[in-house]
Amino acid sequence: MILNLWLIPLFPLLGFVVNGLLGKRLPKGAVTGIALGSVAASLAYVAYVFSQLWPLTGAHTEHYFTWINSGFLNVGFDLTVDRLSAVMLAIVTGVGFLIHIYATGYMADDAGYYRFFSYFNLFMFFMLVLVLASNLLVLFVGWEGVGLCSYLLVGYYFTEDFATNAANKAFIVNRIGDFGFSLGMFLTVFLFRTLDFGKIAATVSTMPLEAGIGVLTLICLLLFVGATGKSAQFPLYVWLPDAMAGPTPVSALIHAATMVTAGVYMVARVSFLFSHAPRAMEVVAVIGLFTAVFAATIGMAQNDIKKVFAYSTVSQLGYMFLGLGVGAYSAGIFHVMTHAFFKALLFLGAGSVIHGLSGEQDLRHMGGLRKAMPITCWTLFVASLAISGVPGFSGFFSKDEILAAAYTHAPWMFWVGAITAGITAFYVFRAWFLAFFGTYRGHHHAHESPLAMTAPLMILAFLSAIGGFINVPQWLTPLYSSAEHGNISVMVISATIGLIGIAIALFLYVIRPALAETAKNAAGPLYTLVENKYYVDEIYQGVVVAPLEGISRFLLWRGVDEGLLDSLLVNGIGRFIRKLGGLLRQLQSGSIRNYATWVLAGSLLVIFFIGLFGGVR
Amino acid sequence: MDTVLFVICAIVAIVCAFNLVLQKHPISSALSLIGVMSSLAVLYLLLGAEFMAMAQMIVYGGAVMVLFIFVIMLLNAGTEKNSNKSWFAQIAGLPLLLAFVAVVAFLIRSAVPGLKNVSFGSWWGGTAQNVGRLLFTTYLLPFEIISILILIAILGAVVLAQKEID
Amino acid sequence: MPHPHVPLSWYLILSAILFTLGAAGFLYRKSVITVFMSIELMLNAVNLSFIAFSYQLQKVDGHIYSFFVMVVAAAEAAVGLAIILTIFKNRGTLQIDEIDSLKL
Repeated sequence: MILNLWLIPLFPLLGFVVNGLLGKRLPKGAVTGIALGSVAASLAYVAYVFSQLWPLTGAHTEHYFTWINSGFLNVGFDLTVDRLSAVMLAIVTGVGFLIHIYATGYMADDAGYYRFFSYFNLFMFFMLVLVLASNLLVLFVGWEGVGLCSYLLVGYYFTEDFATNAANKAFIVNRIGDFGFSLGMFLTVFLFRTLDFGKIAATVSTMPLEAGIGVLTLICLLLFVGATGKSAQFPLYVWLPDAMAGPTPVSALIHAATMVTAGVYMVARVSFLFSHAPRAMEVVAVIGLFTAVFAATIGMAQNDIKKVFAYSTVSQLGYMFLGLGVGAYSAGIFHVMTHAFFKALLFLGAGSVIHGLSGEQDLRHMGGLRKAMPITCWTLFVASLAISGVPGFSGFFSKDEILAAAYTHAPWMFWVGAITAGITAFYVFRAWFLAFFGTYRGHHHAHESPLAMTAPLMILAFLSAIGGFINVPQWLTPLYSSAEHGNISVMVISATIGLIGIAIALFLYVIRPALAETAKNAAGPLYTLVENKYYVDEIYQGVVVAPLEGISRFLLWRGVDEGLLDSLLVNGIGRFIRKLGGLLRQLQSGSIRNYATWVLAGSLLVIFFIGLFGGVR
Repeated sequence: MDTVLFVICAIVAIVCAFNLVLQKHPISSALSLIGVMSSLAVLYLLLGAEFMAMAQMIVYGGAVMVLFIFVIMLLNAGTEKNSNKSWFAQIAGLPLLLAFVAVVAFLIRSAVPGLKNVSFGSWWGGTAQNVGRLLFTTYLLPFEIISILILIAILGAVVLAQKEID
Repeated sequence: MPHPHVPLSWYLILSAILFTLGAAGFLYRKSVITVFMSIELMLNAVNLSFIAFSYQLQKVDGHIYSFFVMVVAAAEAAVGLAIILTIFKNRGTLQIDEIDSLKL
């Protein structure tokens, strides 16, 4: 049956077009209506598609038109719905809708209201295209598109330098990843002669596992480079903390719930390739794990509430890649979903706090806000419990699946992951305690946020709490081999470590606040190192950016462009012609006798040649 | 007889031409030119071109050269002064001229086997009657155009020689 | 008599010599009038050539061409001398090297 899947991304696209072109002249209510309505329409249509396709054991593909038909390469604009994309669709449209509602409250006083929502809708369009894609090229269209929207939205306050710099950084670092992705695509075309997921899966299932490092491993690694850029893994994670320069709904939607999970989704999508390249999976797991612990340590020492959550996102994404890398694809996707719930909630809550404090973002200037902002406080509490892996909440189930799979794969990975879980619990509760407990250290008058903002908070809190009972791994069984059943001891250990982290945070920030200060001073240089993000940005600046700039400026600009092309070629031709003209000018000297001599010479030449060729016949 | 006449006229022509090139005063050059034209007229006669010989004497000797001498006297053109402005002509002229002569001589010599011998009286094709017939039948159009050309030349000369109207 | 007849090539060689002398005069003389007369000499040499070839082909066409050359030369002489008069009126000189203002 024809389900017109193209309608799902179409509604936000229309929202973008209308709001973008006419938004300036429309009243704010109309802009809101169009923006929310388009996402709601998408959400409704997704529900309709699900109802039609239930139980959706296989994949439903629709082919719209042939995009590239060249030689052996045939790429069509195809959209697919299967169980994996169903999960993502639900997350993108559902959580996206909630964040849209929140944004109507958060951005209510902003002059560029219509512009914000048109970009937001454009982002939804691209993300939906990415999720629905049936081949690597259409996925890449969505991939690049969300990168563009990230740039537009991070640089939303475009009059500020730090915002535009952050936007540039996000886009450029993403591009590095995209380069890897493109190379991966080229190799895929080379090896499989097609970019279609279904066809590649069919072909690769006949191929043996790759023992060493062959073409398949290379493809997977290159695609993973793209995922590293998009999903902020080491070493391409540096853009995510700086992307907090954008408005908080942007951080929530793009950098927590959806865009950054695109990398995870992509790897899960081509899991059939990764399953045949064990080396690549090792790399994925190790990098994921390293990023998780690396970012968690940085998150411990940050003072800006959004930065804490940004590094938390990087860390949690590391978890997801760890899950994918050890073969627990469904666990990774499960964590995508629960993470969307509690991380969006964390960011939206942080936004609510910032909004309530008229722009204050530094944790050191907050405190004791739980009386003034109760809804924000307790919804954030639910989110913190979820992310810490406290039993019963959503994060516990998904993180546990991943840790259990890690333990089965390699126990050391489990231990590192468990310690990271402890650190996660610590920093998130540190932030919560610093913001809502103790005495108020700031200067503003705090107030609770409007309903438009608190309602999504409450809904997300509900989802964070019970979301773990949506058994995503079981839902994804047709795609991936049956999920590991939880190892009881693993569960106990990870839950305990989480609770220990919470306890330490409670001790240091509520019971004996002075002790935190002492501990920080005692750590001394180590603390400075962590607080300054291990100076990674500075290292990049020195090792990569500065030499590149130097080469561009001195070698390529002064040397090649000015010296070679301008001076030699362009100006050189000019000078040559001028000299030539100067020479030829002297022919016309005004002296008639000179002319006569030339005439004589010329006629002599003519006679000579006529005589040579036997005369005129 | 033909040979003697030819040789005499040829020598006269060449000597007068040399004189034209080497004399300092324009009047002397003009008179030398008249000498050249007269000897050429005799040569035309030897070649059986009686009409052309007459035309040569009348037009060139009687009109053109008179005009030249008028102008020389009108302008009181004196002897030439030395000037060395055009070094290019001085230096490159001689080789070019010699080369020119050489090439032409070579071409002529290579065509020698096909050339006739001239004897006075063997061909009287150049009568006024023959010339006139051809002129007014085959070459009528060029003839008319030439007439217009002369008209234009007259007009041009009149315009150029006018006193300025101020 | 060594040559009862005159070979036509002699006429042609004479024409070539006269033409060269005319060209020499054109290149080396400095008075405008003399240059003009050298041009007339060149034209005459060509006329001789035409008539010689007309004898060769036993047709009168060469005479017609020669006639036209003569007419054009006459017209040219008239107009050219008028121009020389004007130049003399304007510049006061008849030296060809001093009439060189048409230069770059």
